[in-house]
Amino acid sequence: MIDKSSKGLLSESSKEKIEGLICIFPDKQSIILPVLHVIYDQLGYLDSKAIKEAASITEIPDVYFEEAASFYTMFPLEPVGKYLIQVCHNISCTLMGAESLIDYIKEKLGIKPGGTTADGLFTLVTVECLGSCGTAPVMRINDTYYENLTKAKVDKILETLRNQA
Amino acid sequence: MSFEPFLLTPIPDHDKIDVYLKHGGYTALSKVLKERTPEEVTQEVINSGLRGRGGAGFPTGRKWSFIPKDTDRPIYLCVNADESEPGTFKDRELMLKHPHMLIEGAVITAYAIKCNRAFIYIRGEFATEAHQLERAIAEATEKGFVGKNILGSGFDLEITIYRGGGAYICGEETALMTSLEGGKGYPRLKPPFPAVSGLYLSPTIINNVETICNIPHIMNRGAEWFKSMGTEKSTGSKIFCVSGHVNKPGNYELPMGISLRELLYEYAGGIKNDRNLKVVIPGGSSVPILTADKVDVKMDFESLVEAGSMLGSAGVIVMDETTCIVHAAYVISRFYQHESCGQCSPCRQGTLWMYRILDRIEHGKGKMEDIDLLLDICNNIEGNTICPLGDASVPAVRSSIKYFRDEYEYHIKNKKCLVQLDQRFE
Repeated sequence: MIDKSSKGLLSESSKEKIEGLICIFPDKQSIILPVLHVIYDQLGYLDSKAIKEAASITEIPDVYFEEAASFYTMFPLEPVGKYLIQVCHNISCTLMGAESLIDYIKEKLGIKPGGTTADGLFTLVTVECLGSCGTAPVMRINDTYYENLTKAKVDKILETLRNQA
Repeated sequence: MSFEPFLLTPIPDHDKIDVYLKHGGYTALSKVLKERTPEEVTQEVINSGLRGRGGAGFPTGRKWSFIPKDTDRPIYLCVNADESEPGTFKDRELMLKHPHMLIEGAVITAYAIKCNRAFIYIRGEFATEAHQLERAIAEATEKGFVGKNILGSGFDLEITIYRGGGAYICGEETALMTSLEGGKGYPRLKPPFPAVSGLYLSPTIINNVETICNIPHIMNRGAEWFKSMGTEKSTGSKIFCVSGHVNKPGNYELPMGISLRELLYEYAGGIKNDRNLKVVIPGGSSVPILTADKVDVKMDFESLVEAGSMLGSAGVIVMDETTCIVHAAYVISRFYQHESCGQCSPCRQGTLWMYRILDRIEHGKGKMEDIDLLLDICNNIEGNTICPLGDASVPAVRSSIKYFRDEYEYHIKNKKCLVQLDQRFE
């Protein structure tokens, strides 16, 4: 049940999107992953309170959403920085210098993988193959891919994001 | 060579429906709906010899023919766009630049298998690609190529994009279905095979993006044309994804059976910095490594098996002489232990221990008996798991020990690499 005493986390637009998903699939249970995407798109992570709200809208027990949330690694389960930097460290990217790319970002932002900068702007994580091995080394920031990275490119990307924030 | 790519055609703006139509797009669909029965379409694909491009290489038309004729359940098509095999990045390019080829292929496939509902399961990280497909489906629907009563034929097809959540396992066809059904992506035991009991326990065909993109071309130009390319058992073209230490990494669509040497030196520009080739993984990180002396191998299903590896997804990962093989195996093993879904013990425990042991060797804490322990773990994973992920974690480790045992021994004795990876990030 939704806690009626406090305001919900899901925006009206997210709620509408979730309601819109309900009749799309031959089996309603299929909306679990699409609903997680809606929550992630709005909040940048999967908040368990938001999951409960979504569960209530869909009338699917929240445990199913929680189970999926714990399985699919692209969704953070805790709040992260405004920009989630996901650096690939799989084989092709490693061959092209991903490990020193990670060291460079670590040093530049003063955080380790898993950490967030004090201003809340950047969270750094390492990820497995992003499917862009021909343009390695590669990182993804939120939903955007950045490819063929060099130190100069990383400097520019981070500076642009900092200025946008 | 006179070969002209037809999947990765260089036509600019080929993602726009007007451009696609101008270059013969959707003519195959139109002809099929007017002139061919579903059975004839399936037969043409069987005759073409097309084999699945996702990794397993199963004959596509035969797979379609396994749908029970007398089923009273709905039939589903799932396009596998969960491209996650390390070293593979072809479907991404197809979806970004040629989304209508995929859509046209999906509609023809659905017609052949008598399906009115298709899903494109795309890996979660591919947000731009998912939006591109959604846009293209909207365009195709507006023109009457998707939706109700397609081109007045009475055939209906609804296509839904389904975004994954970053789990490699969901590229395995049964895991893809359990994920789409709304749960963790746990693979299922086969049989029953998906063609008999798949998505929502209904007959289901799962085909890779590249496989589906071949269909309109086969219908337009015929099975004989398709068979004129490649080898006897590996027909057609193949998109080879070349990554790692080459001058021009990227996707190269070439006839099956081209030599690895030609692919690397004529197309991918040769090894970077004029170094020597050390190792190639020819089919994504799940297949055994090939040493440099195998560089004349032909890149097709049969020849690569003969050479001791596999074509897999044709993710060609190139490593030069500065690459430490222990380091490479360590990085690859980290991937499999991260992606093991945890459902069955040999994979869950085996991938974890392989990674831990390689981690300690890599960081100077290995013991000499670790090498045989790794091989023992390989033997205990292989063949003992529900799905192929466990098996896929074995080849890199086993083959790297087979060819470079001396490097492992050096690493353990001297607590450092025999060769030093030259980092190229500048």
